Amino acid sequence: MSSFTLKHLLGLEGVSRDDITTILDTAASFREVLDRPYPKVPTLRGTTVVNLFFEASTRTRISFELAEKRLSADTISFSTATSSVKKGETLRDTAQNIEAMRVDMVVIRHSASGAPHFLSKCIKGTVINAGDGAHEHPTQALLDMMTIRDKFKRIENLRIAIVGDILHSRVARSNIYGLTTMGAQVMLCAPSTLIPYEAHKWPVQISYNVDDAIEWADILMVLRIQLERQQANFFPSLREYHNYFGLTSDRIKRVNRDITIMHPGPINRGVEIESELADSDKSVILNQVTNGVAVRMAVLYLLSGELKSDDEKTKS
Amino acid sequence: MELKIKSKLFDEIGLTRTITRLSHEIIEKNKGIDNLAVIGIRTRGAIIAQRICREIKSIEGRDLPLGILDITMYRDDFRNMLEQPKLQKTEIPFNIDDKNIVLIDDVIYTGRTTRAALEAIMAFGRPKCIRMAVLVDRGGRELPIQPDYVGRRISISPGEEISVQMNEVDDIDGVLLVERPTSP
Repeated sequence: MSSFTLKHLLGLEGVSRDDITTILDTAASFREVLDRPYPKVPTLRGTTVVNLFFEASTRTRISFELAEKRLSADTISFSTATSSVKKGETLRDTAQNIEAMRVDMVVIRHSASGAPHFLSKCIKGTVINAGDGAHEHPTQALLDMMTIRDKFKRIENLRIAIVGDILHSRVARSNIYGLTTMGAQVMLCAPSTLIPYEAHKWPVQISYNVDDAIEWADILMVLRIQLERQQANFFPSLREYHNYFGLTSDRIKRVNRDITIMHPGPINRGVEIESELADSDKSVILNQVTNGVAVRMAVLYLLSGELKSDDEKTKS
Repeated sequence: MELKIKSKLFDEIGLTRTITRLSHEIIEKNKGIDNLAVIGIRTRGAIIAQRICREIKSIEGRDLPLGILDITMYRDDFRNMLEQPKLQKTEIPFNIDDKNIVLIDDVIYTGRTTRAALEAIMAFGRPKCIRMAVLVDRGGRELPIQPDYVGRRISISPGEEISVQMNEVDDIDGVLLVERPTSP
């Protein structure tokens, strides 16, 4: 096995194909554990993980906590509502205090892009990015790639259209880096107001017409329209968005091919995707959620290897 | 890396005979193959398990449930390894509750792999019993674990190792006593 080179998982930008493949292969082994009558292994016994959630999350936090518990790690979860952050403590102070309690790994979600990078510079432990601002959400992209690989047995040369609010989406950024590294073709599809300025620097195609994207793609990755950003007038109304960019069975039926539909959740039914379609057999949305736990187990397992090599280095 | 061979414990024919004998012993002790299931430890234990299943089928005329176990997640020496070992899949496609399980490995030494395997099996349910078959018992146990069916017992001196070669992965069948390769 080519050895795993990452110390932290801060994003998928710059992560090699070998490392991504190692994570996905390892995740496939952990996937089997989840189907056992007693879905728990002692692999990370004695490792302590803190989940720092400075921003609301249901799926990702539960998924990380489950992954940690399935691996027998000791876990502490913390969300801003109940923490000293409310009293004005800075991220650096929070992190250093937690580190002083001898924590091995930190999983962080933060509304500021770059918070995980910053954290990785001020503590010795391993940092895993669980979503930072509009920057990256690497474990989400990894679980998407795992779901794609489960279904198609490959990622290379598949055509994946990411449809929706690309501008604000860390899921889109991580997927663009990850999928293109793995050799997939990626198309972004959105109203021009929701395509970020830097998109022309990415190795992707851009389309402003959802029917063209459906025509082109093997997989449609639908992103959530972030309702909380509606005041900014990126498009006139949710109904208009649905009419022009919403995924419906009628639109899908027009192409005579098998199309797979993915969504990172949470879904706004009737906005970016028709309710019936989200529950149809074309959708792999719930497989994505199950694979999320396996992928996070793999990431925790592989990065925990780094903790030991640090021990070894200090010993010698 | 060239291994310095000190002696040959089994050649191809010897290996086949031993697997045949172990298969007969398993059937004899279980009084038939009712309720019996076989689980092999990756990599070579799994191959031996497949061969034992084939042998038992030729004797009793029925397929046995066969499982393959990767014990990496249960190892007790993670902290001493520089790199995370590669994980492979565990496949136990049957319900192990109340089964008589025969656990199969190529060589038993400290007993730590067996301990890890026992813990892994328990995650799948509660078998009626677990017995163990190995090709070679080389002594040197560090845990109170003993195999029930043994191809050959030998005690070997420090600096020696057992090398099991199976056609499926090594392109040749045989069990060799070799000089332990010194790390560069």
